[in-house]
Amino acid sequence: MGIFSRYRLRLARKRWRFRAFRKRRELRALADRTHRIGPDDLLAFSTLRNERVRLPYFLRYYRDMGINHFLIVDNDSDDGSREYLQDQPDVSLWTTRHSYKRARFGVDWLNWLQMKHAHGHWSLVVDPDEFFVYPFCDTRPLRALTDWLDASSIKSFSAMLLDMYPKGPIGAQPYREGEDPFAIAQWFDSGNYTISRNHRFGNLWIQGGPRARTFFTDAPERAPALNKIPLVKWDRAYAYASSTHMLLPRGLNLVYDEWGGEKASGVLLHAKFLDTFAAKAEEEMRRGQHYAASHEYKAYKAALDDHPDLWCKWSEKYINWRQLEILGLMSKGNWA
Amino acid sequence: MSTVGIILLCHTALDRAAQVARHWVTHGCPVVIHLDKRVDRKSFDQLRADLADLNDVRFSGRYACEWGTWGIVAATQAAATILLHDFPGVRHVFLASGSCLPLRPVRELRAYLDSRPRTDFIESVTTADVGWTIGGLDAERFTLRFPFSWRRQRRRFDAYVNFQRRIRLKRRIPPGIVPHLGSQWWCLTRQTLSAILEDPDRQRIDRYFRHVWIPDESYFQTLARQYSVNIESRSLTLSKFDFQGKPHIFYDDHLQLLRRSDCFVARKIWPHAKKLYRVFLVEGAEGQPAAEPNPGKIDRLFSKAVERRTKGRAGLYMQSRYPNENWENGKTAMPYSVFEGFSELFENFETWLGRMTGTRVHGHLFAPGRAEFAGGETVYNGALSDNAALRDYNPRSFLTNLLWNTRGERQCFQFGPADNKALNWALATDPNATISVISGAWAVPLFKSNQNFADLRAEAAQLQKVEAEHLNTLRSPWSKARVRIWTLAEFIENPMEPLQTIVDEISPRALRRLTEAPRLADLTGFGQFLQNLRNQGMQPFLMGDFPVNDDPKAHSTRRGRPYLVK
Repeated sequence: MGIFSRYRLRLARKRWRFRAFRKRRELRALADRTHRIGPDDLLAFSTLRNERVRLPYFLRYYRDMGINHFLIVDNDSDDGSREYLQDQPDVSLWTTRHSYKRARFGVDWLNWLQMKHAHGHWSLVVDPDEFFVYPFCDTRPLRALTDWLDASSIKSFSAMLLDMYPKGPIGAQPYREGEDPFAIAQWFDSGNYTISRNHRFGNLWIQGGPRARTFFTDAPERAPALNKIPLVKWDRAYAYASSTHMLLPRGLNLVYDEWGGEKASGVLLHAKFLDTFAAKAEEEMRRGQHYAASHEYKAYKAALDDHPDLWCKWSEKYINWRQLEILGLMSKGNWA
Repeated sequence: MSTVGIILLCHTALDRAAQVARHWVTHGCPVVIHLDKRVDRKSFDQLRADLADLNDVRFSGRYACEWGTWGIVAATQAAATILLHDFPGVRHVFLASGSCLPLRPVRELRAYLDSRPRTDFIESVTTADVGWTIGGLDAERFTLRFPFSWRRQRRRFDAYVNFQRRIRLKRRIPPGIVPHLGSQWWCLTRQTLSAILEDPDRQRIDRYFRHVWIPDESYFQTLARQYSVNIESRSLTLSKFDFQGKPHIFYDDHLQLLRRSDCFVARKIWPHAKKLYRVFLVEGAEGQPAAEPNPGKIDRLFSKAVERRTKGRAGLYMQSRYPNENWENGKTAMPYSVFEGFSELFENFETWLGRMTGTRVHGHLFAPGRAEFAGGETVYNGALSDNAALRDYNPRSFLTNLLWNTRGERQCFQFGPADNKALNWALATDPNATISVISGAWAVPLFKSNQNFADLRAEAAQLQKVEAEHLNTLRSPWSKARVRIWTLAEFIENPMEPLQTIVDEISPRALRRLTEAPRLADLTGFGQFLQNLRNQGMQPFLMGDFPVNDDPKAHSTRRGRPYLVK
């Protein structure tokens, strides 16, 4: 990598940080409890729209894991999400009616909040339908992981997105508030992921899974990216480039070993394919606020009309993180 | 009267350190605490206040203990002096840190040491024999100077080391000193320790060690060799290091392992491991009395972790393991077989091979239409789709995924010049691949087909060109696969011998003679067909010499057995 392209990346990072700085005006604080954030607190960041039914389980899951404070941007919800979050003692809430798309799918908003509040903290950026799983998560809290990462001088931690789906048509079993979504969507694809390297940013680009297998057979290159780096020891100079898929400076994207070894990594279980999915797809199609002209949602919409079943006879039923590690979807690395 | 005194070196998690100190003292072991000078005064006062009710606790003068520097040795010396002076009853001095946790009742440790009153437990190995130093500095620790901090001034550190190497600058090791290295955590007798501390030459020795790299792993280890009458070269503290040289940390879920290890003290414990502290300090663990420490299981756990981090699982490509080319440590997960031309030449090759070897035999996995999985499946292990577009989007991932998903079961598949060629090199350079080729066999389906001859000729030319290129790849010096190539003419002369070899290779334990041959396609008129191609201006050369009118004897395979009797 020459000096010139390095300098260009530096400019890109500066530009994104400036963009985030400008977009701060779009956010209006509804409940600012950030003064309660302690010096070692673990922070979670999220953007959402109309996710009321998911929120109770989402908050409980991450509280149990050891997240101390949630910083959430509400993008004009009208289903009571805002009111619910406003009452939570460990949530700071901002709201905006501005375009999700023009805030680069929420990245600008969160970059701003992270710049302001996450400096020096471990920060986890997740959507309300993403559930972080890391090695030993059943016996060790998140702080054990971040302490170990600190001791090992590791600044960013990878967690690939793993699409979970139910057996049978997607909407067959209704999801009720407070339930574990993976009691319904308990299946996943274990071994059909394709990987290539993005040389500009140094990250891996992972695609595949049930979405590629069913919705993108005619255009596999458009299948959504599954690589994510959600957990970062944040510094105000950092910036996410595109969702949490990659960030700058590019050293943070080097979450994989290139010499044959395995670094430690986790998984984000993706509870997208519940009965709420059809309504969501419909709405997002109409709003046109998603990536690449909502191509993804168009594909879903077309396929959803004939009630697809993502399940196949080689689907794996989710048990725990050890199963994911044996299947090679995540790794303990040298953490034991 | 007590027999064991403890030195506690602390720098973080002081509440836990206080808890451990209290445990030692209440079980009759005096403790001297050294707190890193870099910890602020307030925390120090807090720690003192926490332990104010205990008589047998002392605090030694504070030194800054940066990793790899002299401070840690100075701190140990100061604490040891106080311990020996203030507690005359102490016979063994145990060096521990604030994140060490006693795993067995203190009385067992005392009994253990009581029955070995003259033994010094200190790991002490000559520099030539250590295998565990990180970063290549072992003997040079004693002959170079290290004025820069490794943690904070890494570049200067490395540059100065290189500079000294280049100009061959060397320190002289003082006479009488034979450098030894070993774990920082030891347990020495009063005799040995006081001899080290009261050495009349100590100033000179200290001056030398002050600029040795990581003196806490060499100072006492070297000097104990001079004074001890009975060194047992091992540490009583269970402490494991990973590949970066930092200690592994124990958590609540290690409880059973730690219990069964029968070690006296373990390091390092995560400060928030509530269960470990509760079980070992509050409830008091009951070990098997008089059992020798046995850290074997823990050793295995951690050495496996290091191996996973440095070598990884062969053939796995995932979010945190994406090796550069030729650094894969196994390009694919399992050995597999590729057959080219066999299913063209034999009518029922796939079912036959499946029956003979008991493996899954796929059709052309890289066929243009779809991936022909065994049994006509549309989805295979790991939810791998047979869709050609998905496969061709990243054929390499397709192959490595298939082999990873089916590890434990040998995969066989057909390949040919009409298939996706992107993997030519990947197959040829993979030592796991066994590639058997009958060159020119692609002509058989053309010969049997019902197409216009002009089209046949064009297709034949195309296929021949592709296959010739492919064979060049397989024969290149970079090829690492096990490759066997027969021409079509050669193969049908004597098909059973190669088939036997192939079957033996796939299921080596079966060791039985083939009783049944696959059905050979009827090649009557094939020679003439090739001649026709020649007459049209094409030169079919890959199939070897086929006489125009003398059709091959198809019966040769039917006879089977007579060929095989030795």
